Amino acid sequence: MKQQVEKLKRQDSVFWIVGLLTLAFALITLLSLIVDMAMTGWPRISSEFFMNFPSRFPEKAGILSAWVGSLCVVFVTAFLAIPLGIASGVYLEEYSKKNIWTKIIEVNILNLAGIPSITYGLMALGFFVYHLKLGQSIITAGMTLGLLVLPIIIVTTREAIRTIPAHIREASYSLGATKWQTTWNHILPYSSGGILTGVVIALSRAIGETAPLITVGALTFIAFLPTAPVMATPPYVSAQWLLDPYTVMPIQMFNWVSRPQEEFHVNAAAAGLVLLSMTLILNATAIFIRYRFRKKYKW
Amino acid sequence: MVTTKTDSNIKKAEVVDLTFGYTEKNVLNKISMPIYQNKVTALIGPSGCGKTTLLRCFNRMHDLYGEVRYNGEIKLYPDDINILARDIDPIEVRMKIGMVFQKPNPFPKSIYENISYGLKVRGVKKKSYIDDKVEDSLKKAGLWNEVSDRLHSSATSLSGGQQQRLCIARALATEPDLLLLDEPTSALDPISTAHIEELVTELKKSVTLLMVTHNLHQAARTADYTAFMYLGDLVEFGESSQIFTNPKEQKTENYITGRFG
Repeated sequence: MKQQVEKLKRQDSVFWIVGLLTLAFALITLLSLIVDMAMTGWPRISSEFFMNFPSRFPEKAGILSAWVGSLCVVFVTAFLAIPLGIASGVYLEEYSKKNIWTKIIEVNILNLAGIPSITYGLMALGFFVYHLKLGQSIITAGMTLGLLVLPIIIVTTREAIRTIPAHIREASYSLGATKWQTTWNHILPYSSGGILTGVVIALSRAIGETAPLITVGALTFIAFLPTAPVMATPPYVSAQWLLDPYTVMPIQMFNWVSRPQEEFHVNAAAAGLVLLSMTLILNATAIFIRYRFRKKYKW
Repeated sequence: MVTTKTDSNIKKAEVVDLTFGYTEKNVLNKISMPIYQNKVTALIGPSGCGKTTLLRCFNRMHDLYGEVRYNGEIKLYPDDINILARDIDPIEVRMKIGMVFQKPNPFPKSIYENISYGLKVRGVKKKSYIDDKVEDSLKKAGLWNEVSDRLHSSATSLSGGQQQRLCIARALATEPDLLLLDEPTSALDPISTAHIEELVTELKKSVTLLMVTHNLHQAARTADYTAFMYLGDLVEFGESSQIFTNPKEQKTENYITGRFG
């Protein structure tokens, strides 16, 4: 008896060590990549790097048009994907009848989340660029990435809603609340932590996405900013920026990496560092939001 | 089914030949029983006998989960409407009939927001009226003294027994015609249970109560009338004193004496 327990315990510790080693391998690989990039890129990080346009001279080149472009594109993405995604998630979870059609839609949304992003780029090239004639513009990019992250928002919205226990819903209905009142007063607020987390993760994915934007024609060398949305003369506001050409952070990086000069590779590492920080900050925000809401809503 | 003759009580509601099912199979078979005004009626029976199912017919809770079949009627007096009728919206029914659940289920909002929610969904805006109602309902539910100084703190910070009384207050705030209680003490400790039972006895002055309970002694202690159900049938309905001391049906006797269940 005692011998057998000893043997089983040995098995346990073997797996413990194997698990630790695999984990260490994954972490060390990731960490060394990050450290390498940080060491290469850090010397280039300065205020000029953020405020300069790209240039033929590596020491003068900066990421101004890239980060402004990224912000504009992500803004359009958020503007489209957040309301659409949350509304779809709420509809599927609270309103739709559970039948064969909703099952099919459900499976397809899950599949969409796994489709290679370049496919979205091809679709967007055909539809947004050529059919709707939106050209190589910020709105095309925003809509493309919007479609790409839509399934993520739908799925996380549904998961967040599903964690609300049935007895909370029933409490609301038993007081005579309608479906909309129940959704608006209870379902949405109580699931907002999970939904926001999903939104932030979706946006951080959109910031790093490159392939579909190359397909729909993000430029690699942009030495100007999009038209300002507000101005001093009538009509004061303008949507022209939506139709302006753009570049984004990962594409700027890609451009620098593919140049032969060593100095540009340093720029690429620096841009990578900025991009990585942007996504890390977003992900940290997501974790913070989730933590705050978990504490606030418990049953 | 045997129904004993009762004194001239006023009927608040009446179940008439109610058959209910989700699909082909009937979960309730031809149930008929009265619910008397300002009395406590208890539904007892072993697990799966359909007592909770019957209770949830009263506020059409089943309608939330897809297609269901109601045959027969539940009449609500004095309006004399059939709350199971196709042309009656479940929301309309729930406006008149309140419910308290097995597990205390306060919203993760403030105590005040919990109590006033029923008024909010009815479109009541007048602050002074809502304030009065909140105080009044909390007093009725015997919770006012414990929470009057922290109406705006979270309802989930209350103890289990307090939460259940909060749920009762929440249901009372809209002055329901009938209050449904689904095993309201099954998740509570004996002291909180005694509190709720006292409250139930007190509440019948102002509201009619229909209560599902797993606990026979609870039914004997608090209910004026008791209905014993078994496998979807109503076996016997009568005054609690008669059901528990002198049941007419063999099955009832076997159940209350603990021979099965």
